[in-house]
Amino acid sequence: MYKYNDFDTAFLAERNAQFRAQVERRIDGSLTEDEFKPLRLMNGLYLQLHAYMLRVAIPYGTLNSDQMRALALLAEKWDKGYGHFTTRQNIQYNWPKLRDVPDMLDALAEVGLHAIQTSGNTIRNVTSDHFAAAAKDELTDPRPYAELIRQWSTDHPEFQFLGRKFKIAITGSSTDRAVTRAHDIGLRMVERDGVAGFEVIVGGGLGRTPLIGKVIRDYLPQADLLPYLESVLAVYNLLGRRDNKYKARIKITVLENGIDTIREMVEERFEERRRAFDGTDQLLLEEITAHFTPPKLRGGNVETYLAAYDADPVFRSWADTNLAAHRDDNHAIVTISIKAHGQTPGDATAAQMRGMADLAERFGYNELRISHEQNVILPHVHKSDLPALHAKLKEHGLATANVGLISDIIACPGMDYCALATARSIPVAQEIASRFDELKLEHDVGHLQIKISGCINACGHHHVGHIGILGLDRAGVENYQITLGGDATETAAIGTRTGPGFAYDEIVPAVERLITAYLSLRDSAEETFLQTYRRVGMDPFKAALYPEAQKKVA
Amino acid sequence: MPRPFTPKIITANDLLEGDVIYFTDTNSWSRELTEAELIEDEAEAQLRLLEAEKDALRVVGIYLTDAKSGDNGPEPTHFREDFRRTGPSNYRHGKQEAAANV
Repeated sequence: MYKYNDFDTAFLAERNAQFRAQVERRIDGSLTEDEFKPLRLMNGLYLQLHAYMLRVAIPYGTLNSDQMRALALLAEKWDKGYGHFTTRQNIQYNWPKLRDVPDMLDALAEVGLHAIQTSGNTIRNVTSDHFAAAAKDELTDPRPYAELIRQWSTDHPEFQFLGRKFKIAITGSSTDRAVTRAHDIGLRMVERDGVAGFEVIVGGGLGRTPLIGKVIRDYLPQADLLPYLESVLAVYNLLGRRDNKYKARIKITVLENGIDTIREMVEERFEERRRAFDGTDQLLLEEITAHFTPPKLRGGNVETYLAAYDADPVFRSWADTNLAAHRDDNHAIVTISIKAHGQTPGDATAAQMRGMADLAERFGYNELRISHEQNVILPHVHKSDLPALHAKLKEHGLATANVGLISDIIACPGMDYCALATARSIPVAQEIASRFDELKLEHDVGHLQIKISGCINACGHHHVGHIGILGLDRAGVENYQITLGGDATETAAIGTRTGPGFAYDEIVPAVERLITAYLSLRDSAEETFLQTYRRVGMDPFKAALYPEAQKKVA
Repeated sequence: MPRPFTPKIITANDLLEGDVIYFTDTNSWSRELTEAELIEDEAEAQLRLLEAEKDALRVVGIYLTDAKSGDNGPEPTHFREDFRRTGPSNYRHGKQEAAANV
């Protein structure tokens, strides 16, 4: 993985020293809050409902063990012993004190991490496929490009004051695990005449106006990546609306101007901008790529794995749900669920973070990933190590076998923490997970994604959940709207609203009715919730959700 | 027709700690909602807000919000302020943690 050079190290040190001085000036009264707020936001520091929140970037979701231990240190020393992994492959600390934040940033810098551009109207942390360089279906490792984009976009003078925040996701696989079609720019590696390039998607996004992105270029040569991105950003910077923050994202620019007009303008700028690139970016990419050499995977048989799989039903259940196919048949990709039933989705304690760091060192070639689904991944584990790994995960309370199941819920922090939220998300997720654990239905239900947001900004990706739940404030009471049929993958779709929302104490029974309906509607145990929904449509689910309305009609 | 004025309190966040604080009738800040000044008059509310804003260098995000009179002082009328008064519902952190440690 990428290792900072002297320039990177000096850059972060200087930046942190600058912020330390800004914090001092705020505390001694030299800076007002109006002056200080944009400065703290540039360094990932928000003020939330109960305390400050520091949002730390995990670029393209990749970490090594030392970095994970540093995240644990921050949780333990300056927070309340835990951190919260988010859908943007960030980690958030919910309880830092203002005076401590410069020390936290220095501790991060020691391991090559930072909080720059995790906030503000700028290019945010670039996200990527959490199975990058390990997935069997991958064409090319997307992370060197993500790192190139990170370096290009960090403090890029032209893009520090965009009309709104700007999010880029990149994947190297045909299966989209990075939700590329719901980003301002989505990049998907594709092949043409045996040469890998990018399909470029623009204008996707969730929030108030959820839209699936449109293909602006079906094939972009790799060498043109930065000048093309710069051209898209430049057109957005010019045309993007600044009169109304709710219409300022590029998805609205594309919607209002049409993809053909945007494409024409981008191509025009691209011709100019590519001339300004003298190849330095390609030299830099070469340097970066050298850091992403895949680990030298060890050989050896997988007998211990097969024996444990046959003998131990608990291990087998975990292996069936939490493992994914690796490009090397003797290895597996392990998703560590940090969604134990009843726990807060995405939260890990300092001890758990250290535990995962140790396991990555011992079994995983020192690599970890954070998924946008708020789980942690060990991308390369030899199958013979899986029984021992599973045993260790159990010791840390990290062996929950629920990846991709009903309790593997994405939930934003909601009104338990977030100043923007209009209702709570976390307790709803906790109760759904607990309910289906008690019902012992989870594995029978199979693959199902529930995503919950506590406000219209949709940090919980509810629009692309098979079952999406949106918490709102209705006349001073928490109310939850349900959408069905959303899809976050390469067949991306925005879910459809079912009808009136549900009160806080009605939402879990409503989800249970949906699942009961699905179990009776599916044509086999293999047909997933999403497939059933696509086959039968909304009506039978609506009938299950609103039985009283059905009675009135009758 | 303008909506009738409803009683208000003044709240903010502490600059150093970030936690929720309330303006009292002695022009100080308290971490307890029960110690907040409940303002029943609209004009008075604006004057008290100006007074509170004098502390803008050591507190953050000062605003007026609805409250009602309770047995032990002001109480929130909206669930958002109720959560701000207590803390998150997934851990006993924030003010509920502090209360448990008294």
